[in-house]
Amino acid sequence: MPDNLKELYRYRELLYMFTYRDIRVRYKQSIMGLFWAVLMPILIVSAGIVIRYGYALASHRPLNMADIAGVAVKSLPWAFVVSSIRFSCNTLVANQNVVTKIYFPKEVFPLAAVLASLFDLVIASAAVVLFLFMARIGWSLQLLWAPLLLVTLVALVVGIGMIVSAASLFFRDVKYIVEVFLTFGIFFTPVFYDVQMLGHRGEWLLFNPIAPLLEGFSDCIVRHQAPALSWLAYSLSFALTFLLAGFVFFKHLEPAFAESI
Amino acid sequence: MSDIAVRMEHVYKKFRKGEIYDSLRDLIPALAGKLFRQTELDQRDSREFWALQDLCFELKRGEAFGIIGHNGAGKSTALKILSRIMRPTKGKLLVNGRLSALIEVTAGFHPDLTGRENIFLHGAILGMSRREIQSKLDQIIAFSGIEEFIDTPVKRYSTGMFARLGFSVAAHVDPEVMIVDEVLSVGDYLFQAKCVERMKEIIRSGATVLFVSHNLRNISEFCDRCLMLEKGRTAAIGPAHEVVARYLQSGRELPAEGRDARPVTITNARLRSECGDAGRFTSGETVWLDLEVTARASCSKVAIAPWMTTEANEIVFETTTERLGCGNFNLEAGDSFRCTFEIHLNVTSGIYHLSTLIYRHETQTILDEWPSAMTIYVSSADDVRGVAHCFPKVTHQEILRAPEPNVQAREADGDRACV
Repeated sequence: MPDNLKELYRYRELLYMFTYRDIRVRYKQSIMGLFWAVLMPILIVSAGIVIRYGYALASHRPLNMADIAGVAVKSLPWAFVVSSIRFSCNTLVANQNVVTKIYFPKEVFPLAAVLASLFDLVIASAAVVLFLFMARIGWSLQLLWAPLLLVTLVALVVGIGMIVSAASLFFRDVKYIVEVFLTFGIFFTPVFYDVQMLGHRGEWLLFNPIAPLLEGFSDCIVRHQAPALSWLAYSLSFALTFLLAGFVFFKHLEPAFAESI
Repeated sequence: MSDIAVRMEHVYKKFRKGEIYDSLRDLIPALAGKLFRQTELDQRDSREFWALQDLCFELKRGEAFGIIGHNGAGKSTALKILSRIMRPTKGKLLVNGRLSALIEVTAGFHPDLTGRENIFLHGAILGMSRREIQSKLDQIIAFSGIEEFIDTPVKRYSTGMFARLGFSVAAHVDPEVMIVDEVLSVGDYLFQAKCVERMKEIIRSGATVLFVSHNLRNISEFCDRCLMLEKGRTAAIGPAHEVVARYLQSGRELPAEGRDARPVTITNARLRSECGDAGRFTSGETVWLDLEVTARASCSKVAIAPWMTTEANEIVFETTTERLGCGNFNLEAGDSFRCTFEIHLNVTSGIYHLSTLIYRHETQTILDEWPSAMTIYVSSADDVRGVAHCFPKVTHQEILRAPEPNVQAREADGDRACV
């Protein structure tokens, strides 16, 4: 394990190059350029507004700006989760001529996939910051929680990414299963809604390790309050377990990649 | 200990034949089926095969080593194990120092990126740091010879340009151990010569080089020692020339069935020199080609034609008994006919194929043909390129110095230079 990490560190420039390649290729080919990064969050936010509006009508409460800001703040990390898992799921198979020909630590593929999606997240965040500013959401010192939440989210996604990328190399239909989870995952993750809207039972949804993180983003950015610490600890330990398990799983299967692809 | 660059210790590699389950949709029913039926398991064992068995060798630092073998002998598997892409089923591999494989030189390229970006990407895949690539960038671009198009996406490149750029990057890695697989056949003649030059430079710089190739000429030119694989096992290991000669002989066999029906067949072909018929000859030597023909039916006016080709299939010479003034001959059923050609082997060092055929003169029909009846290796002490060895020698050389110019003339030269 320490040897593997040392080797990964030695190949850090390769990780950088793959990330650069993924970003460059994505933005080079699309006419929309950087708008691409903002497109998916805009769609999610629009969907969220429709749902929130419906909820406001049903509960006879006015739809306020803070609700929409909450949806916007949560949709970005969700878009990041979806794109990095989807992307890392395909990355080994898509690069199979390198995987079968040249030796280097193969985890740079899922890692680069996550980093490239992280780049999209940063671009889209600029748009959301602008929106939050115009909506006069304001800011507080609670914002300092955001980096920790982000790191936890990245760790979780990297862990999942390594597992699905290795698994989809061995079983090609893993891709479809992952796709189904990503499509319907949004209903089990508080993106369009807040957990407390579902009352007492809503707490159950927080067992989804992504949920406390999204709620946390909404808490510290929009509601100016600290995230629920026990749930944050739950997500953090979940993320670290996944990261470790994903890495071990990936490294265990790696020697068989070339002959199984 | 530290002068060992690569060591393979009793390496085995097992593969499974037939289809492997590559989707859960197939795997899950199969696993469920296995619970009830035992047969699946039994079948699976019999479908295994060993691609490599008990492979052992050791390479000293700075050595050039070749691996040869017919298709399916396990060369590629050995290579993948050496480059650590595959792990051996049993046995140990030790590599001292930075290893780089010149296997598929364009594998890391992305079509949408420009040549320059791809140099950085491919260089990083091969383990170079950005600074290292930056410092060699000009060299790499110059070597590839595509300066003009270096900022064009590589998807617009021709196949040759693509491969040339790939080789240029890979050839500048400066590894301590280098694995080379059939990549010297990239690009046109001039670029190939450049690649060969570069390989020699790498060998001279003290790197350990491992060649896997069908190009026996490269192997015997570059390598000190050589390993021959046969069905996954070591068939021979030792000095490159000896192993190459052994390999050439192993490929020697009569062409397959269908010949029984022919009225006349060539039953034996042998090339010998005064030193024997080991398949290895010296440039300029006199050799004898013995041919034997057996007739099953009576044939009139037949003649024998031997010919020799280079590895690239260019004809070195081609003649017939008839053209050499021996006329043609008639054979009755059951007759055998033997003849010997004396040949002066005035060819440069390399691999040559000797082929032969027998034909009826009147109708110009071929009765029997034996292409590549023999493959030989010719060695030469002189470094002469090309096909024919005309034994060039320098018999005279002198430098005629320019007459010492006087001061005035030199000043005049200086003035002219200024203008």
